[in-house]
Amino acid sequence: MPAVSFDEVSRHFGQVRAVDGINLEIEEGEFFAMLGPSGSGKTTCLRLIAGFERPTSGDIRLFGGSMRDLPPYKRQVNTVFQDYALFPHLNVRDNVGYGLMIAGRPKAERHREVEAALEMVRLGGYGARKPSELSGGQRQRVALARALVNRPRVLLLDEPLGALDLKLREQMQEELKGLQRQLGITFVFVTHDQGEALSMADRIAVFNDGRIQQVGTPEDVYFRPDVPFVADFVGSSNVLPAELVERLTGQRAPAAIRPEHLRLGGESGLTAKVTGLSFLGLTTRVSLEAGETRLTALLPQGVARPAQGDTVSLSWAPEDLHLMRGPA
Amino acid sequence: MTAVTAPAAAGPLARLSDALWRNPRLLLLILLAPPLLWLGVIYLGSLFALLLQSFFSIDHFTGLVVREFTLRTYAELFTPANFDIILRTVTMAVCVTLASAVIGFPIAFYAARYARGRWRAVFYLGIMMPLWSSYLVKVYAWKLILAKEGIVTWALDKVHLQWLLDAYLALPVVGGNSLSVSTTGTFLVFVYVWMPFMILPMQAALERVPVSMLEASGDLGAQPGQTFRHVLFPLALPGVVAGSIFTFSLTLGDYIIPQIIGTSRLFIGQAVYQHQGVAGNIPLAAAFAVVPILIMGLYLWGAKRMGAFDAL
Repeated sequence: MPAVSFDEVSRHFGQVRAVDGINLEIEEGEFFAMLGPSGSGKTTCLRLIAGFERPTSGDIRLFGGSMRDLPPYKRQVNTVFQDYALFPHLNVRDNVGYGLMIAGRPKAERHREVEAALEMVRLGGYGARKPSELSGGQRQRVALARALVNRPRVLLLDEPLGALDLKLREQMQEELKGLQRQLGITFVFVTHDQGEALSMADRIAVFNDGRIQQVGTPEDVYFRPDVPFVADFVGSSNVLPAELVERLTGQRAPAAIRPEHLRLGGESGLTAKVTGLSFLGLTTRVSLEAGETRLTALLPQGVARPAQGDTVSLSWAPEDLHLMRGPA
Repeated sequence: MTAVTAPAAAGPLARLSDALWRNPRLLLLILLAPPLLWLGVIYLGSLFALLLQSFFSIDHFTGLVVREFTLRTYAELFTPANFDIILRTVTMAVCVTLASAVIGFPIAFYAARYARGRWRAVFYLGIMMPLWSSYLVKVYAWKLILAKEGIVTWALDKVHLQWLLDAYLALPVVGGNSLSVSTTGTFLVFVYVWMPFMILPMQAALERVPVSMLEASGDLGAQPGQTFRHVLFPLALPGVVAGSIFTFSLTLGDYIIPQIIGTSRLFIGQAVYQHQGVAGNIPLAAAFAVVPILIMGLYLWGAKRMGAFDAL
C-alpha cells in the first residue's frame, strides 16, 4: 500500500490552477522529492498532504485512508517548514515537546523523548535556549526534532535547506539522508534545487505548471528525460527540436543530449558556431549556436579548444541522443 | 596639482555646519535640548509638583493649604466615601479593558490575517474615523442613543422586548432609570470610545505572527482552541497589554463620560476635578491623581513579570 497517493487531485485558486489533475503514489519508506520551479505546484501538493489546503477535486490517501475531511491536527504527518516556524515564546525543549504536550503525554516521558530527539539531531543540551539564540542550521535541526518526536508516518519538508549556506546545506543533505535511512519513515521534500533532489531522493517527481512532467529515479530524470522541460530543468541538457532531429535521424521527436556527450569534430550533419568559451577548471564550457538552437558542450581537459567565432561540426555516440515525447 | 577640497563655501552658516560636523556631540546636544527641557521641566516638573502637593494637607477651618509634610491626605483616600470612588473607577477600568479586548480581538485578527486591499482600507477607516470627530460630540450622541426616548428603547419596544430592558434596569448597581443614567451606559460609552486604542496595537502584534506558526501548531496536533491558547494568544500578548494600557489608563483618568452618562456616583477623574476646583482641596486632588499613576505602575510591573514583553 502506498504511503501517500494522489488521485486526480486539483487545487485551483480562482483562475489559477496551482495543482491540475495530479496522480502520484509515494511508497512507504521512500525518500521522495518534489522538484520544480517556483509556482509549479510542488509546495501546494505538500500543503495538500499536510492538510493546510483542501483539494478542489480529487482525493489524497494516506496509507489507504481518505484525507478528504480530515483537518491537519488529525493527520499522522508532520511538517518541517521553510521558515522553520519555531515558536519564539517557547524554549527549544518546549518547542520540540509541543506535539507531545498537546497529545497529553506525562511530563517525565515528554522530557525523555525530547532529550532523545535533540540528541538525534545533535543538539543535546540546547533545551533551555530560545530559538532566537540559535543559528540557522540549529533552528533547522530543532524544527526537524519537533516534527520527528511525534513519530509521524510521513515527514514533509518544505525547502528544508533553502535558508542555509552552501556548506551547511551539503552537510545537512548527508544528515537528512542518514536520518531517513535510520528511521525508515517516508520523507517527502519539496525543492527547486535539482542538485539537492538528485543527490538525496530515491525518486523524483518533476513539476511544471501544476502538473507532474515525469516521475522516476534520479538517473531516470537526469539521463532519460521524458519531455524537453525535464531535460532542460533537471539536467541542463541540450534540447534538439523535433524538426532538427528528424533531419538528423529520420524520427520526428525532440531529443536531449548531455553537454558532456557532445563532441567537437566528427560527422553527424550538424554544424554550429562557437559563441562563447568559459574555463571551468576540469572542463571548458563551449556555447554554440546551430541555426536557432543554442547548445552547450563541455570539453574535458586536454582536448583542443576552438576559438570564438569558429564554425565546428558536432558529433555524438548514437546511444547518447535521447528521444523524448512532447513539443520541442 | 589637483584640488582635493571642494571650493570652500564662505559665510557663517558654512562655518557652523563645519563646526557641527567636527563635533557630533554638540549637534546631539543642540537637537536634544528642546525636547529634554520640555520633558524635564514642564512635564516631569509638574508631575513632581503634583506629587509634592499630595503630601500637604488642608486646614479644614481656614481652607488654606498647610505646607508641611504629612500622610494625612493619603489616609483620607481610605475613608469609605473616597475609597468607594477608587474601587468604582478601577472596577470600571478593568471591565472596560476586558470587554475591549474580547470584542476587539476578533476584529484585529480579521484585519491582520484576512483583510486585503480595499477591505484593509475600510477597516482602518472604520477604526480611525470615530477618532476624527470630537469626543464630546460622540458622548452626547450616545446620551441620545441611550436615553429613555432614544433609539435603543424605541427599537426594543418595536420588537416587544421592552420588558427585557426594564428587567435589566431594575437590577442594582448596573441598572437605573434609563440606560443613559446607569453604570451600564457609562460602561458602553467607555468601551465604544476607547476601542480603537485596543484594536490597533493588537492588530499590529497579530500581523507579526506568521501564518506558518499557526499551521505548525495545527500540524503538531493542536486543535484551533489549543493553538489560540498556546501560540496565538501568547504571541499577541504584547499587543493586548499595550492596548489595555491605553483603555485602562484612559478609563481611570476620564472625568467627562461619567459626568454626562451614568449615575451621580463619582469616578476618580471627577473627584480630582471637584477637589481642585470648587472645593479648593488641592492636596486631596493631588492624592487622587497619584492613584492612577500607582495603579498603572503596578500593572506594568505585573505585565512585565508575566512575560508580556518577552516576545517584543
